[in-house]
Amino acid sequence: MSVIVNKNSKIIVQGFTGKEGTFHAEQMIAYGTPVVGGVTPGKGGETHLDKPVFNTVDEAVVKTGADTSIIFVPPAFAADAIQEAAEAGIRIIVCITEGIPIQDMVKVKEYIKDKNVRLIGPNCPGVITPDEAKVGIMPGFVFKKGRIGIVSKSGTLTYEAADQVVKAGLGISTAIGIGGDPIIGTTTREALELFMNDPETDGIVMIGEIGGNLEAEAARWFKQHGNKPVVGFIAGQTAPKGRKMGHAGAIVGGAEDTAAAKMKIMGECGIHVVVSPADIGKTIAEVIKG
Amino acid sequence: MNLHEYQGKELLASYGVAVQRGILAENIDQAIEAFKKVNQEFNSEFAVVKAQIHAGGRGKGGGVKLVKNLDELKTEAGRILGMHLKTPQTPGGMEGPGKLVRKIFIAEDSYAPDFSACKEYYISILLDRASGKNVIVYSTQGGMDIEKVAEETPDLVLKELVDPMLGLLPFQARKIAFNLGLSGKAFKEFVGFIDKLYKAYIGSDASLFEINPLIKTGDDRMVAVDAKVSIDENALYRHKDLEAAYDKLEEDPADLEAQEADLNYVKLDGNVGCMVNGAGLAMATMDMIKLIGGSPANFLDVGGTADAARVEKALNLILKDQSVKAILINIFGGIVRCDRVAAGVIEAYKNIGNIPVPIIVRLQGTNAEIAKKMIDESGLKVLSAIELKEAAEQVSKALAG
Repeated sequence: MSVIVNKNSKIIVQGFTGKEGTFHAEQMIAYGTPVVGGVTPGKGGETHLDKPVFNTVDEAVVKTGADTSIIFVPPAFAADAIQEAAEAGIRIIVCITEGIPIQDMVKVKEYIKDKNVRLIGPNCPGVITPDEAKVGIMPGFVFKKGRIGIVSKSGTLTYEAADQVVKAGLGISTAIGIGGDPIIGTTTREALELFMNDPETDGIVMIGEIGGNLEAEAARWFKQHGNKPVVGFIAGQTAPKGRKMGHAGAIVGGAEDTAAAKMKIMGECGIHVVVSPADIGKTIAEVIKG
Repeated sequence: MNLHEYQGKELLASYGVAVQRGILAENIDQAIEAFKKVNQEFNSEFAVVKAQIHAGGRGKGGGVKLVKNLDELKTEAGRILGMHLKTPQTPGGMEGPGKLVRKIFIAEDSYAPDFSACKEYYISILLDRASGKNVIVYSTQGGMDIEKVAEETPDLVLKELVDPMLGLLPFQARKIAFNLGLSGKAFKEFVGFIDKLYKAYIGSDASLFEINPLIKTGDDRMVAVDAKVSIDENALYRHKDLEAAYDKLEEDPADLEAQEADLNYVKLDGNVGCMVNGAGLAMATMDMIKLIGGSPANFLDVGGTADAARVEKALNLILKDQSVKAILINIFGGIVRCDRVAAGVIEAYKNIGNIPVPIIVRLQGTNAEIAKKMIDESGLKVLSAIELKEAAEQVSKALAG
């Protein structure tokens, strides 16, 4: 089962023939990901990486039956790409692009609200279900198959967590990088809910950072509905107020979005909060193995 | 990207928003000329001298003064220009070094002729992250610290979410005006004011508009007396005119250098420099430094391509900070191979020459073992680690001397 993507996904790449798209599509295919084609307006009819290229997402869906799309389109055109995919009936949209204007995303979020579509990102590393599908830019070898779900706002910190989970003798069911922007599609809470309902996931590692209220929202949901153990870490305990720490969304504004406040709420809701990023793997192993 | 008050007001005025008018001055002569103009052209007997720095609370540090004649203007302009203005929002707050004032805005006295007949309000527009929509935040408690108002009297801070597709609707503008207790001419003025303000916010791809105070004058006009404006950097490509408004001098020199080198850097006041790939891992690394008894000297994300040139730039940047006693390089090599990064570190180290502080390099991921061997055999004073914990222990030892 796992969540969001698996070996039965039919995946297209938007921005397929560009530099980023080509590089990562190649890696995805090498991993064994079921990529069925790609979209680059104006290059329809060509073949790229032995897969068909289409002018529109609509055409790609009709011809290949694609249900999942990964987007490597530059920031100025990425919002349009998401909307095109949603309109064409794509069910899972993974947007890797970093630097999309906020007001573009405000409209995207509204546009896709009533459509039957799940957006992951933008500004995220993507989603991986080990041994089945890598729909993202993460190093596949780090993610060994197992029964721990990972949801994270960050890229390399997700790899770090996955590596620790694997070294602690466990593995990953699916890892979801939800992205570090102020407006994203799938939230921490939604990812947590997917894992709670996934029979192939036994426990969850939840990695957040300063800024926003996604972790608090997820923690409060967990208190009501949680049925599997969750280990949580919040990056940015030492971040100063008012400064943007790399990610567009990583800025401490009010009192509720500091690392300390989030960790407190998570702890009160029954999440196993780790203070040191070096303890993520060890802690989930202790919690799972009892 | 933050704008100065005078730039923010220019932007607002270009959308027809009524603002307190003024003239920019960079020296006393210009200030005198500006004062005369404010007198004659804006018909304002008095003027307000306002320090132009990127921080709020300027009045608290003496950066905003009403002047009643040319002599007072000269005194206050002379005092404020060149001062290091401390406000609760400048680095280090009222105890910090303050920010150098290079420009002043000589503005009309919007409260004239009768200060007591004016009423102050608060208006801001920003993104509400929880709903993913823009929100108008407003209050009858203008001219005060809004965070304090929200804390002490939350009922007095109201919010109106705006539909992303339809924009601000007339009934919403009326609702805000009613809630602010406006009536008659002021009510009509306000409805026009907020409509234009929202259009300016969307039209300029702003991430924040804060008007504090907005005033109702004695003759029922609505005027933005201050304007705090931030523009979304990611949208600057479609606002070339605003790109030119960027004031480099307001940024920390180290931050600027990093920006020019395309590194994501924030200077902090600790003793352990760090260089990490990825923002989340960088923050986590800072947290770990704190846990082992050190204190992070900076946030630095070198990004996806940690080659020799970037590593060298980053190292030079960190080494400029005299308080750095050790440096931790933490790279999780995924698509970027660790051996490449190791080669980059070794080359950068050799290029820089004598590095006076210990360096701990933690490389994990693709080819981590090969990378560790390369570092260990390089003959340089660089310690290597693969696990995060190991690296933390080495930093701790380095700090202990």
